[in-house]
Amino acid sequence: MKCFFCDKPATLHVTNIVNKKKRETHLCENCARERNLLPEQPGSQIDLPALLNLVTSLQEPEATSTAVATPPPSCPACGLAYAGFKAEGRFGCRHDYDAFHAALEPLFERVHRATTHTGKLPMCARVAVRAAEIDRLHVSIKAAIKAENYEQAARLRDLIRQMEAEGTPG
Amino acid sequence: MNLDSLLPNLGEWLRGSGPDSDVVVSTRIRLARNLADFPFTGRATPAQKAEIVTRARDAIARAELPGKLEYHDVPSMATLDRQFLVERQLISRELAAVLEGPRGVAFDAKESVSVMVNEEDHLRLQVLRSGFALEEAWADVDKLDDAIEARLVYAFHAQFGYLTACPTNVGTGLRASVMLHLPALGLTKLIDKVFRALQKINLAVRGLHGEGSRAFGDLYQISNQVTLGKPETKILNEIKEVIVTILQYERQARAVLLKERKQGEHDRVARALGTLGSATMITTEETMELLSVVRLGIHLQLINDVPATVVNQLFIQTQAAHLQKLVGHALDGEERNAARAKYLKTRLRELGAHRQ
Repeated sequence: MKCFFCDKPATLHVTNIVNKKKRETHLCENCARERNLLPEQPGSQIDLPALLNLVTSLQEPEATSTAVATPPPSCPACGLAYAGFKAEGRFGCRHDYDAFHAALEPLFERVHRATTHTGKLPMCARVAVRAAEIDRLHVSIKAAIKAENYEQAARLRDLIRQMEAEGTPG
Repeated sequence: MNLDSLLPNLGEWLRGSGPDSDVVVSTRIRLARNLADFPFTGRATPAQKAEIVTRARDAIARAELPGKLEYHDVPSMATLDRQFLVERQLISRELAAVLEGPRGVAFDAKESVSVMVNEEDHLRLQVLRSGFALEEAWADVDKLDDAIEARLVYAFHAQFGYLTACPTNVGTGLRASVMLHLPALGLTKLIDKVFRALQKINLAVRGLHGEGSRAFGDLYQISNQVTLGKPETKILNEIKEVIVTILQYERQARAVLLKERKQGEHDRVARALGTLGSATMITTEETMELLSVVRLGIHLQLINDVPATVVNQLFIQTQAAHLQKLVGHALDGEERNAARAKYLKTRLRELGAHRQ
């Protein structure tokens, strides 16, 4: 069997199973050493992150001859390539956030230790959130009436009126 | 508007009257916002930047705000005036001298609110307050944000929140900076320890003029690094807790100074005042170091004839652009040092005259 990276005989065989799918990678000693997959001295630990990185970044071996994951496509709106974003450290436009989405979650996890905004919402979003909440309450009212729980229905109706009043500017 | 009218005044944030003003000079919160319809400033064409300015000016003019914000165009502004606004903390160095194309700043007469247009983000909303006032500053900037948003559509993402040009600002777009005067921690060499602890919990420490600037005169800015994944109030509370601790350390260190070497400190303060009042050449750095000693002396009640406000005023008015505007013409380095010494001498003499 030949090495995945060069044509030398493979002596290291990595098997990983993700979602019940088995994937085998075969490497020669040199290539394995270059990728920190072999301990330098006997007894020392194998570099687990490097091993994980190898098995997760590999494409289907027969489909491609390189071990690089496909970078996100360029932004269709402003044309910025992911490599350009990485080099500059700045986004070109708001659509980059969707174009590079898959790569951004790990980046934000590193920078902010989080991937989801939980703070203030702009006015349009606050209006949408309130509208969705009111819709949900209308469904609950119907359920309450059906169950002949009229007190509950009246309470919910008052709540809706209050929310609608709060949403009226002025 | 002629910026010279601002010269004799002091931004309200520099009055030195806010909460905990013995240690905290000022509190600043800024929000980064972008308009949904345009690429970020770095990739916008000059025509798009001009349109962003038009929309922003319109939104600012029509916004319901407690104080009117007046817009100033930066490209048509003299270099000295731009530098002057940087010293006043109303614009960034980038907006003043690095960025290109249509851009500007709107601020109120009290200099407590400013909106930069076409900085790294389309809008940078800023509120400045005297002393330690994170809640008040947040309440102000939150309202400012709503008032301006009434006429604009912001770039917002359901998952990532407010979208910004730099990934370090995404989410809330909020950066809170608290400026601290920490002379006693500096003297007792505890300051590095404090800052190493801060960096571990993801707070940044910078000098007076923000990123990359040196800490002169024992003035430090502490600010949050994380902007995503926490509500604004939580971000502010985390900074607040840390600042409260630093306040305690600084006050303890001051108490120790008073207890163990009051005479020595008194002498140091008197000498600092002596140098400030009699030098014929003095650099900004030396001025700030000496003013820092005087400011400490005031809060240790070693001297009582120099008001804290005057020290704050001198911190700003002895900086290069202020000095040149006070003198009325451009000065080279040596001339500035002579003019600075002359100005300090005059101001301190005036105080002496009041004393009698």
